[in-house]
Amino acid sequence: MDETQRAIEATFRIERARLIAGLARMLRDVDRAEELAQDALVIALAQWPKSGVPANPGAWLMTAAKRRALDALRQRKMRERKHVEIAHTMDEAFDGGAAEAAMDDDLGDELLGLIFTACHPMLSREARAALTLRVVGGLTTDEIARAFLTSEPTIAQRIVRAKKAIAKAGLRFDVPRGTERAARLPSVLEVVYLIFNEGYAATAGDDLVRPGLCLEAQRLGRVLAALLPEDAEVLGLLALMEIQASRLHARSGPDGAFIPLTEQDRGRWDRLLIHRGLDALSRAEKIGGSGPYVLQAALAACHAIARRAEDTDWTRIAALYDRLRGTMPSPVVDLNRAIAHSMAFGPEAGLALLDDIDAGALPGYAPLPAARGDFLFRAGRRGEARSAFAAAAALTRNAKERAFLLARAEACLG
Amino acid sequence: MRVMVFVKATEDSEKGTPPSTEMLMAMGRFNEELVKAGIMQGGDGLKPTSAAKRVAFDGPNRTVIDGPFAETRELVAGYWIWEVKDMDEAVAWVKRCPNPMPGPSEIEIRPHYEMGDFGDAVTAEVTELHDRTRAQSKGS
Repeated sequence: MDETQRAIEATFRIERARLIAGLARMLRDVDRAEELAQDALVIALAQWPKSGVPANPGAWLMTAAKRRALDALRQRKMRERKHVEIAHTMDEAFDGGAAEAAMDDDLGDELLGLIFTACHPMLSREARAALTLRVVGGLTTDEIARAFLTSEPTIAQRIVRAKKAIAKAGLRFDVPRGTERAARLPSVLEVVYLIFNEGYAATAGDDLVRPGLCLEAQRLGRVLAALLPEDAEVLGLLALMEIQASRLHARSGPDGAFIPLTEQDRGRWDRLLIHRGLDALSRAEKIGGSGPYVLQAALAACHAIARRAEDTDWTRIAALYDRLRGTMPSPVVDLNRAIAHSMAFGPEAGLALLDDIDAGALPGYAPLPAARGDFLFRAGRRGEARSAFAAAAALTRNAKERAFLLARAEACLG
Repeated sequence: MRVMVFVKATEDSEKGTPPSTEMLMAMGRFNEELVKAGIMQGGDGLKPTSAAKRVAFDGPNRTVIDGPFAETRELVAGYWIWEVKDMDEAVAWVKRCPNPMPGPSEIEIRPHYEMGDFGDAVTAEVTELHDRTRAQSKGS
C-alpha cells in the first residue's frame, strides 16, 4: 500500500464509526450502513489521490455514501412507500446541504446512538461485544475472532445475527433519554468492561494479556466519557479501566510469568494512565457517584496511590468492599472482600469470611482455593495451604497462572 | 501506541505573541474532537524560552543557562500526548489541526517507547542482555 492510500485509510478510520452511525440512523440498517461506508472509502481511494483530501473528510464521505445509497434506492424503483420516504428525506438532506450541518451538530449523538443500539440488552453479551468492536471499533471479524479465541465464522455469524435482530426489532439508532437511558446504560458499560477484561485477564491461552482489546475498551470508555460527561458510572468505568491498564506491563515478568499486584514493580506502572484514572474518579465522585464501577475504581485507586505494597490502605479497601457488596452482590466480590479483610485484619478474618461464601456458586473457580491457600499459608497452616494451591492450579485455564500457583504450592514445603 | 506531538516554536511564539480568538476557538474545537475520539491524553502550551532554564551536564559539572534560546526551529511551543492505533492515525489527526501559528509552522510526532513495541524475539534478546549485565556486575 502506498503512502497516499495509507493516509486515506487512516482518515477513513477516524470517520468510519460516525459515518456508519449517521447512515444507520438514516437507513435503520446497520449492515447496509457498513457497506455504504466501505463504498465511500472505495470512492475516496479513487478520487482523493487526484483531488487531495477534502477539508471536511467526514462530510465528504457521508455525501458520497448517501449518493450511493440514493442511486441504489432509485434502481429499486422505490415500490415500497417506506423507501420513497427515506429517499425523500435523503434528497432533502442531500440537496439542501443540511447533511453536513446535521453531521457537525449531531456527531456525538449519532455515534452514541450506534453504541446504544449495538449494545442493546436484547442481544447477548458476546453478540454486543462483537458488534461493537466491528462497527464502533472498526476491527475485522478475523481480529475479533482472534481476540476472543474463537473462529472467524463464529464471530461473523454472531454479528450477522445481531444485525438481523436489530433490523427485526426496528431499532431507531436513537440515544435513549431519561429513565430509558438509565436502564440501558448498564448494558453498554457491561460490554465495554467485558471487552477490557477479555484483554486484561485472558481466561484461556498462554498470553496473559491481549492488550489490543484493553486499548479498544479504553478508547470506547474515553469516547463515552466525552459524550456522557455527567454520568458517574461512565466516569467510574473509565477510571477503573485506566487504573487497571496502568499495571499491564508490570503484571508479567520477562519470562511472561504472572506477578500479583502486591509484588509488582510499581515503577513500571503507567503514571499517565493512573493520573487520568484518578482524575476520572474524582469527577465521578464529585457528581455523587457511588455505583459499582465508581466503587471498583475507588478500590483500584487505593492500590494506585500506594507507593509501596506495604503502604496499601487495606482498611479502606475492606470498607469499600463492604459497600460494593451492597450495590453489586456476587460471590466474586465476597471473595475479594475476604482477601481485603485478611490483609486488613489478619488471615483468620479472611478465612472466616471465606467460609461464608457459597462455594457452590463458584464451581471450578481457581481464585477461591488460591485465596484459601494464601490465608492458610499466612496463618502458618502450610500443609493445608499446599493442597489449596494445588487445587487452584488444577482449576486454572491460564498456563502462566498455573505455573505461579504450582510455585506457591512448592513453597509450602520449604 | 502513545505519541507525543510537539508544536515547534516560531519567532511569533518565542516573542510571546498571544494567539488570536479565532485561533483559540479553532484549537478548542480541535481539542474537543480529540477528546471525543478518545485519543487525547494530555497536553499544554508552553511559555516562550525567555521563561525557560537549561541545565548543562559535563562530567560532574552542572551549569544553569537562562533562556531565551536561539535555535528557534528546534524549540517546542506546546505538546499533546495522544493514544493512537498507529502513526498513520497520528498523522491524519495532525493534518486536521489548525495551523497553530500565524505563519508557517511545524508539528512533530514522536512515538513513546512501549513494551508493546517489543515482539517476543526482542524480549528474549532484552532478557538475555539483562542477564548478561547482571552476570558481569556480579563478576566485577
